[in-house]
Amino acid sequence: MKPSRVPLIALILTLVFFYLPIGFLVLNSFNDSRYASTWSGFTTRWYTRLFERTDILAALANSVKVATAASLVSMVLGTAAAFALQRYKSRLQDAHKLLVAVPLVLPDILMGMSLLLLFISFGMKLSLLTISIAHITFCLSYVALVVQARLQDFDFNVVEAARDLGATKTQAFMRVTLPLLAPGIFAGGLLAFTLSIDDYVITYFVKGPGSDTLPTLVYSMIKKSKDLPVINALSSLMLIVTFAVVAVSQRLTRPAVAESK
Amino acid sequence: MKTDRKPELLSTAPSFLWLVMFVLVPVAIIFAIAFRPALAAGGIGEGWSLDAIRALADPSYPALFARTIFTAAATTVLSIAISLPVAYSMARLTPVWRSRVLLLVIVPFWTNFVIRVFAWQQILHAQGYVAEAMRSIGLLGENERLLGNLTAVIIVSVYTYLPFAILPLFAAAEKFDFGLLDAARDLGAKPLRAFFSVFIPGIRQGAITAFLVVFIPMLGSYVVPDMVGGTTTQMIGNKIAQRNFTDRNLPEAAALSGALALLVLAPMFLRRKEKTA
Repeated sequence: MKPSRVPLIALILTLVFFYLPIGFLVLNSFNDSRYASTWSGFTTRWYTRLFERTDILAALANSVKVATAASLVSMVLGTAAAFALQRYKSRLQDAHKLLVAVPLVLPDILMGMSLLLLFISFGMKLSLLTISIAHITFCLSYVALVVQARLQDFDFNVVEAARDLGATKTQAFMRVTLPLLAPGIFAGGLLAFTLSIDDYVITYFVKGPGSDTLPTLVYSMIKKSKDLPVINALSSLMLIVTFAVVAVSQRLTRPAVAESK
Repeated sequence: MKTDRKPELLSTAPSFLWLVMFVLVPVAIIFAIAFRPALAAGGIGEGWSLDAIRALADPSYPALFARTIFTAAATTVLSIAISLPVAYSMARLTPVWRSRVLLLVIVPFWTNFVIRVFAWQQILHAQGYVAEAMRSIGLLGENERLLGNLTAVIIVSVYTYLPFAILPLFAAAEKFDFGLLDAARDLGAKPLRAFFSVFIPGIRQGAITAFLVVFIPMLGSYVVPDMVGGTTTQMIGNKIAQRNFTDRNLPEAAALSGALALLVLAPMFLRRKEKTA
């Protein structure tokens, strides 16, 4: 019997649904008109204006600083977590597992609000540091998840073999375990970087005045209806970067998927 | 025995302590601050008070909670309904096409959230193409708007949460034995019947995950109702933000957050029950 075509049509329509708004945004970034509803010719002036906006560049710099810190720290903490969860079975790990899962299910607004109250209670000044702490907290769990998936088909015998051949514990870790896990850790770090760059809600709660990241600045520009075409240009550039990052990370995680088959 | 545990403790401690300090303690603080008095100037006063808890008895709150649950539920049901056929056909694609389509689903998922909502704000704008087209064929009245209503909030929420529903359903569909569908058809089931009574039960676990990853974050939704909704579509998240940033009433924001936290925990308890049953 011939399979029904309905699901395939649903898939195609869904992909169209996904890309129409994004395409519309890119198209409008080249629209000479200030208003999205009228097309009045091709222009690249919004891109020129974008690079003149020092506040956008400063927010971008903040975003990159926070995302770098968040991905580096969460790579270390997340890898350690994944390692412990995979290697040991104990009551401690049951609690650990639960703790790692909480940030994955906690709504952003609760995480933002609770961290804000923590920082206020401890008298910490809101700054890029508090933003970084918040980002590390939600990135940690995602990194742990990605590295754990990679550890599932990791052969600990290889480490034993290295030890038998005379490697010290540190040597075995640095020269055998780490290089084998590197693609997984790197993929987790990339995910953390994107999640951090993308985050609006949590950042908004813990940022304090004067330390805008790109999403919080864009949000306030939208709210004030200021320079909307410039946001289109910025969005288009960010789309290109996202596409590249996703393509790279797919390439990194693919071998792991192929091996598990 | 004790020395054996040293490597375990060493590798567990960093993440464990970090998460206790920045997840567990902060969530506990929410519940503590809800019992503090608010200062008129904004900030948290000394001593204890039930004012913030009492404020939850405000008659506007039941409607707010009901609207939040309704919006989250509608978004979840629509997202899963769309994702079921999508996951089905993705699982039936050749491996090469499967990874291509997967990439296409992941890209919007990783595209900046604020930007995706902003794109919709422009599309649904009063002077946008969609509104003009709908007016010209009489589907939209002169003074009616596409933005600022519950339909806009749900459409845009579905748009942003759809990948969260597709991915777990696809993961389940990929493991599904499609031979079962042929068997059902051989036994005389119509394709639609086979889809509902064989395929959907077969990917049940994926559907439960999809429900949890859409419904729970949706309960805390803030950006979408703020950007494409209006005063009549406010959700708990918007109220928390308003109490916090506009009124500077932190204890009341904390009390609302605590209520939301309890609401979020409910579906997870339901799941635990189902697991043990």
